[in-house]
Amino acid sequence: MEIFATALPALGDAWSLILQPIVLAYLLLGVVMGLAVGVFPGLGGIAGLSLLLPFMFGMEPVYGLALMIGMVAVVPTSDTFASVLMGIPGSSASQATVLDGFPMAKNGQAARALAAAFSSSLFGGLIGAAFLTIFILIARPIVLAFGLPEMLMVTILGLSMVAVLAGRVPLKGLAAAGLGMMIGTIGIADAGGSLRMASYDYPYLTDGLKLVIVGLGIFAIPEIVSLLRQDRSISKNAKLGAGWADGVRDWFANKWLSLRCSLIGVLVGIIPGLGGSVVDWIAYGHSVQTTKDKSNFGKGEVRGVIGPESSNNAKEGGGLVPTLLFGIPGSGSMAIFIGAIALLGSGDIEVGPNMLKDNLDITYSIVWLLALANVFGTILCIALSGGIARLTTIRFTYLAPFLFMLISFAAFQSGQNFEDLLALFVIGLIGIFLRRFDWSRPAFLIGFVLSEPVEKFSNQAYQIASFKFRRGFDQGMEYIFSPIVIVLVVVTVISVFFGIRQAKSIMAEGDVQSGSKRAPLVFLLAITAYLLVAVLNANAIPDFNMTDKIVPLVVGGIALGCCVIMLIQMMMRPEGNVIFADKETAGEDAEAPYGLWGTLAWLAGLIIGTYFVGFILALVAFFLSFFRIRAGASWGLTVVLTLAGLSLICVMAGALNRDFPPGLLQDAVDLPWPLK
Amino acid sequence: MTVKKFSTAVASAALVAAMAMPAAAEVDFTGKTIEWVIPFSETGGSAKWANFFAPLLAAELPGNPTVVVKFMPGAGSTKGANWFQEQTHEDGTLLFGSSGSTQFPYLLNDPRVMYEYNDWIPVMASGTGGVAYLNAEDGALFDGTANQLQDTGFIYGSQGATRLDLVPLLAWEMLGMDVEPVFGIKGRGDGRLMFERGEANIDYQTTSGYLGGSSALVDAGDAVAMMSWGALDADGNIVRDPTFPDMPTFKEVCEATDGCETEGDAWDAWKAFFVAGFPVQKLAFLPQGTPDEYVDVYSAAFEAVVNRPDFAEISAARVGEYEVFTGAATGGALATATAVPDSAKEFVLTWLKDAYGVELN
Repeated sequence: MEIFATALPALGDAWSLILQPIVLAYLLLGVVMGLAVGVFPGLGGIAGLSLLLPFMFGMEPVYGLALMIGMVAVVPTSDTFASVLMGIPGSSASQATVLDGFPMAKNGQAARALAAAFSSSLFGGLIGAAFLTIFILIARPIVLAFGLPEMLMVTILGLSMVAVLAGRVPLKGLAAAGLGMMIGTIGIADAGGSLRMASYDYPYLTDGLKLVIVGLGIFAIPEIVSLLRQDRSISKNAKLGAGWADGVRDWFANKWLSLRCSLIGVLVGIIPGLGGSVVDWIAYGHSVQTTKDKSNFGKGEVRGVIGPESSNNAKEGGGLVPTLLFGIPGSGSMAIFIGAIALLGSGDIEVGPNMLKDNLDITYSIVWLLALANVFGTILCIALSGGIARLTTIRFTYLAPFLFMLISFAAFQSGQNFEDLLALFVIGLIGIFLRRFDWSRPAFLIGFVLSEPVEKFSNQAYQIASFKFRRGFDQGMEYIFSPIVIVLVVVTVISVFFGIRQAKSIMAEGDVQSGSKRAPLVFLLAITAYLLVAVLNANAIPDFNMTDKIVPLVVGGIALGCCVIMLIQMMMRPEGNVIFADKETAGEDAEAPYGLWGTLAWLAGLIIGTYFVGFILALVAFFLSFFRIRAGASWGLTVVLTLAGLSLICVMAGALNRDFPPGLLQDAVDLPWPLK
Repeated sequence: MTVKKFSTAVASAALVAAMAMPAAAEVDFTGKTIEWVIPFSETGGSAKWANFFAPLLAAELPGNPTVVVKFMPGAGSTKGANWFQEQTHEDGTLLFGSSGSTQFPYLLNDPRVMYEYNDWIPVMASGTGGVAYLNAEDGALFDGTANQLQDTGFIYGSQGATRLDLVPLLAWEMLGMDVEPVFGIKGRGDGRLMFERGEANIDYQTTSGYLGGSSALVDAGDAVAMMSWGALDADGNIVRDPTFPDMPTFKEVCEATDGCETEGDAWDAWKAFFVAGFPVQKLAFLPQGTPDEYVDVYSAAFEAVVNRPDFAEISAARVGEYEVFTGAATGGALATATAVPDSAKEFVLTWLKDAYGVELN
């Protein structure tokens, strides 16, 4: 109780710090900058914060905090634009939003989806702050109660959402998740340093594939290519049905779901080392499981937007707990945030165990600046959403080049290698086929995202558990089966049980018709072959590095098993069975006026051009030829659009101090930025 | 002072100034942007280090250019270092920062290393210290020697045996302690958290990490400080870390512990890698082929940064108590950091293979 007696005055101090006009002005500036950065997929808060760092040195602490928090807080809000309108997951926080947000946009309900998403974000942010105000005082022992077995179980709970999202053929969903996990293991193993499906001769793969690239490749490229082939607008009838007021009403009608998902967000957010990768999937799974009529999920169910969006802003608040109390950043942007706090003022705010004792007022200022930034950001976003949603009524052929430009740029920023573009293309191809043959793309992505934590936590927990068992059986059992673990096991079992029963009614890809055997069989054989090679490759790792091979062997083995069973099923079952689902048989893709390869060739052309003359010059050629030839635009319009695209990317990259992919030309000749 | 002496002094001062002037006048960064490339992500200790120095450096360089920190992470920093190896002098606007994690693969002949430290021109170097500590229960058995700790099983959260963690792991091994590393954590902060959760019962932190988080545990009686790695004196001897004058160094503990030798292959190897990883942990380089006048300008600027009256205060709060080498001392620091005798390399490579099955080729 003593601590609460000091908390109230500190809370009062915090509010008097925040509610100064100049602090609010800095906060608003940060919010506006964050919105501008956030709408660009793949850049996120890290790029924005790095930009602010030089100004933090010696700055009045509360001003600097307002500026930085304004920026960090709104990124998970504004990246919703890309997820809902374009089907591009702007960051790991908005992947689940794509599942129902983008179908809503296709149904002409973009403004409604955005407004529902923003209202949920706002609510989640506020709930997060309110909860934290009290919780941060008692959080330390709770955070410490989450050891490796507990974190492993939370990760497995996230993974169990595959059961909900597996699609109509559960084996396919399981195989997709297994494939995602296997692709997640590519590179140098964290534990023993063994190489998996990689070689020092091709250094690119040794670091593994980045989430940005996989997210864009799996979700964005297949959607962009599909829409481009159909040559229509995102919204089917080029009309906007419902407006933003409907979205706010949707949120209000689902306020309890929003509240529950916000709490999920805060609670998962406070666990250090787990961060945002699972929370939106757990929230999405929860939304599905608590909805009576599940038939609309994947086709544009507003609850599928409200759930994840409520959780992802609340998670930012939760993430402050490990950041401020332990000095351990929950995410990349939080790591920079910690570094930047040390630069502020006279440098005496030290993030860590003493934060509550010495700087409780600053702690509360951070919590409530975050909440306030959410309010500003949401109001701005809702105000913008009606206008921006009109993008969905434009003929998509005019949007596509800009999107190709943005996703290529975003992919390059993740690693600054030319190979990033190649990886984007290859993963995009996998995404296109997963979509075509109705393999669950969310399951693939969940597998990919959770591959590293599953491997890390299971290896480490196993090692520590065996150490404890050596000391005594009781100690070992106590370690593994803590009350938190038992609760999580029960929740996971229930969630899988109901998930499998419900999965059949959730068709993330819509109702895909089945066709002939050949194409689905070829794809399955290709996946099986990759899994086989990957398993053999893992098996070749020497046994003393068991930590590096056990997870690929087990996961790859299970996925291979699923593939083999499906191969047998494919041989036994007649054509037209659900297992032969193929989007090219009937429906939008099959009736599209343009072919897949011709459309994909445009992206390939941009990448090949980049290889030779660098990104900007390739982009000029790409824009000019695309608008003239593919879109059939007049020369005047072509030039205007090309200039618009170029200036957009140059202003953005210039402001954030980013480079473009260079080509062979740049190796030979020195050119000025942005051509270099 | 006589008039004559005075005028001689003025004349010689003027002469010195005159000699220095043309060099300084030629280099002017007005309106330019200096890129300081760090081969790590935005989130690491090197980022913090460069972000701390960047604005201070900008204020001291002629023409007050903008200094931006750029990040080029990948392959345990060897990607960025390999890239820097390809760069040559253009207009003096490129600076590179390396860390112990860049030095160790170089010293261990990692196959990914295609860079050569001796090609680069160091302009600033800084170091840190490290402290090992135990949990309260086992710490009670620590009496300035590790004699009573040799029968206890220890577990330690480690980033990998070929990283800076090599130094603590080898030290504990030399003390006859049974320390099992749990590999795969992402930073020393995660290691401390594992310690606080009771999953690990031994840990080490660099100076700033220790002061920021672990010393509070020691003060509260939840942990017992064991030893610091020490610091180097001018003659290259290991002495007590000035930040922790009351804490014995590993050398002292080793001397007091049965079976631990402060001479021989193991000690030489430990000392060589300690020196490469701690007292000279981070270095700032100009690319090969940089003309002397640019080197001088950068050296002078870094020297001016360190000579700021408030430097000790601001650096302590923001990047920890680092010792900073500038000017002529930098070259010596680089030599110390990269001069590891072949016998020490051999010893460490064999030990890594035997103890952890790690092979670098």
